[in-house]
Amino acid sequence: MEKRVTFNERWLPYLLVAPQMAITLVFFFWPSGQMIWQSVLLEDAFGGRTKFVWFENFKSLFADPTYFDSVRLTIVFSALVAALGLAVSLLLAVMADRVIRGSSFYKAILVWPYAVAPAVAGVLWGFLFNPSVGIVNWLLHGVGIDFNYVVNGNQALLLVVFAAVWAQVSYNFLFFLAGLQSIPKSLIEAAAIDGAGPTRRFWDIVFPLLAPTGFFLLVINTLYALVGTFGVVASLTQGGPGQATNILVYKVYNDGFRGQDLGGSSAQSVILMLLMILLTFIQFRFIERRVHY
Amino acid sequence: MSRILLSSVAAIAVLASAQSAAAQTEIQWWHAMGGKLGEAVNAMTDEFNKSQKDYKVVPVYKGSYSDTLTAAIAAFRAKQGPDIVQVFEVGTATMMAAKGAVYPVYQLMADENEPFDPNAFIGPVYGYYSTTDGKLLSMPFNSSTPVFYWNKELFKKAGLDPEKPPKTWEDVGTYAKKLVDSGAKCGLTAEWQTWILLENYGAWHNLPFATKQNGFGGLDTQLVFNDQPRVKLINMLADWTKDKRFVYGGREGKPTALMTSGDCGMELASSGTASTLFAALKAENVGIAMMPYSPEVKAQPQNSIIGGATLWTLRGRPKAEYKGVAKFLSFVSSPAVAAKWHQDTGYVPITLAAAKLTEESGFYKTHPGRDIAVKELTLNPPTENSKGLRLGNFVQIRDVEDQELEAVWAGKKDAKSALDEAVKRGNELLRKFESANE
Repeated sequence: MEKRVTFNERWLPYLLVAPQMAITLVFFFWPSGQMIWQSVLLEDAFGGRTKFVWFENFKSLFADPTYFDSVRLTIVFSALVAALGLAVSLLLAVMADRVIRGSSFYKAILVWPYAVAPAVAGVLWGFLFNPSVGIVNWLLHGVGIDFNYVVNGNQALLLVVFAAVWAQVSYNFLFFLAGLQSIPKSLIEAAAIDGAGPTRRFWDIVFPLLAPTGFFLLVINTLYALVGTFGVVASLTQGGPGQATNILVYKVYNDGFRGQDLGGSSAQSVILMLLMILLTFIQFRFIERRVHY
Repeated sequence: MSRILLSSVAAIAVLASAQSAAAQTEIQWWHAMGGKLGEAVNAMTDEFNKSQKDYKVVPVYKGSYSDTLTAAIAAFRAKQGPDIVQVFEVGTATMMAAKGAVYPVYQLMADENEPFDPNAFIGPVYGYYSTTDGKLLSMPFNSSTPVFYWNKELFKKAGLDPEKPPKTWEDVGTYAKKLVDSGAKCGLTAEWQTWILLENYGAWHNLPFATKQNGFGGLDTQLVFNDQPRVKLINMLADWTKDKRFVYGGREGKPTALMTSGDCGMELASSGTASTLFAALKAENVGIAMMPYSPEVKAQPQNSIIGGATLWTLRGRPKAEYKGVAKFLSFVSSPAVAAKWHQDTGYVPITLAAAKLTEESGFYKTHPGRDIAVKELTLNPPTENSKGLRLGNFVQIRDVEDQELEAVWAGKKDAKSALDEAVKRGNELLRKFESANE
């Protein structure tokens, strides 16, 4: 039998969802509408001359090979951030779940980085790996590794991925830990009695039962990698060296706010938004099917 | 008792402020000067506000140059713009193109009957911000130019004369070799690489950066900085990166960290960087000289061009405020105020009178090298190639140059193909700007 809440007044449910709808309208639909309108305009920064140019901004975007470099880079970057972020936090959560003594201490330590904003995380990692004064660089230099993210693009990308993952691991950790703790102990104990080892128990019982949490985190982490990592890139590499870390969301900011190219930047935003909708749709369509709640 | 006293004091304070607000016209000035520079700005406006009773200039710090410009544009579009906004030199073309939004200084001064003498300014400072027929658009404020710095201690260690800086690029190579051989981690580095290695190298050797007088002559300008001398320079530096004679330290001002940490023996950097280097390495260990040049390109250097920012007046404010704006801009460019700003901050004096005043005060004797920037700017009368640059979408063009140069430093491209690509991509940005502003 389906559970249904019935209201005596017809207008009450509308009134109750009204604040949420108002927020969505003002902070999502209205700016998105403006963005879409702006993406078909060409205008000078002060808005003195505005020209309607149809899809000219999109055309010039697609004619620009560096834009596709940025798209490819964003895909690689997002896959790395989401995969690493989920793997590391799952490992940490499983380990923290097994600790009996002092577990709240470990949990507090692991959750703490979440209090650090991505931009601050970028600055921290930048200091640690600074080519001239960074302490980690100094240690790496001692073992013969010349790490210089200012010149070497691959190293810069690696550093941005690490910083972005570090800033997100705590969030994932919290959810995984909660997921783990909600798995009935009796199931695991029963399997243990039947002779299943820790590895078998993890893959056959814990992992499938964690799937809903994992799926939720996959969606959230992909979106985080696409847009939430802006602060890390802005404070650490500003898209460089070359275009090694020029991911789409940073390019949107750079062209729009530093370059005052509102039309081109809006066109990029539209594409980025479509990309996010598409990815989320794919995830729900194909991965969620395999998840059992 | 004390309560009554307190509330009456508060009431009087409110009354007093209300009264002064009624009598005084407030002028909003949005700027990008943080830290010590911000303090110098506040001291300047305090002095102006005390000097007269009719106007009160309110300086507001808005973050970086880009943040300030973006904030001013957004505010202007919402009809809430400031009277004065500080805009960096690369935003000049954007401001100029915004015809209905800016109030050119020459016109403002004429409309408000404020005395104004174009000849009072230092040539390249005035030229950068004026029209082709010599009318000033924005008031020069904080201008800098690249100079050559060296670490005297590292020079001594390398067996070099600590009082003798290199004159030519060939010398720089020899010196860098000696520095690296003596154990220095880096011979030379350069901040704001696009401004110093491409733009100023061009002006210094009288080479055009773009057609149509570096863009002063029209929006249909084309970049031409991929010429043989600059290709040669970048190739040479790329070669130097192999043994650390040259070390790339990042975009904008970041490479200076390599100098302050004592890694680098030499640096090409803004004249405004002097105070940072003096603080880190002690003034007596840092030398300031003119930029090196390539005698095979030009027998003697031409003159350098500036960076920094100017004060633009925006339209859309009540008429009464503009009288105050004109008075304040006159105040900013008056000899004593401009000289004090120059001495406090390390930016170049914007007028000849301010330079002379500083000279006569004996400032350069106690602060050796601080006159180098002015000497570079006034070395020769500016030519079409050394007057400055006027390019649309300049922020993005510099990004493109940075990206292509970084490909060279990482060994992915040679100088020729990188500069060719930078010119090609930059020209596309110029065409886009032209199309938006025709």
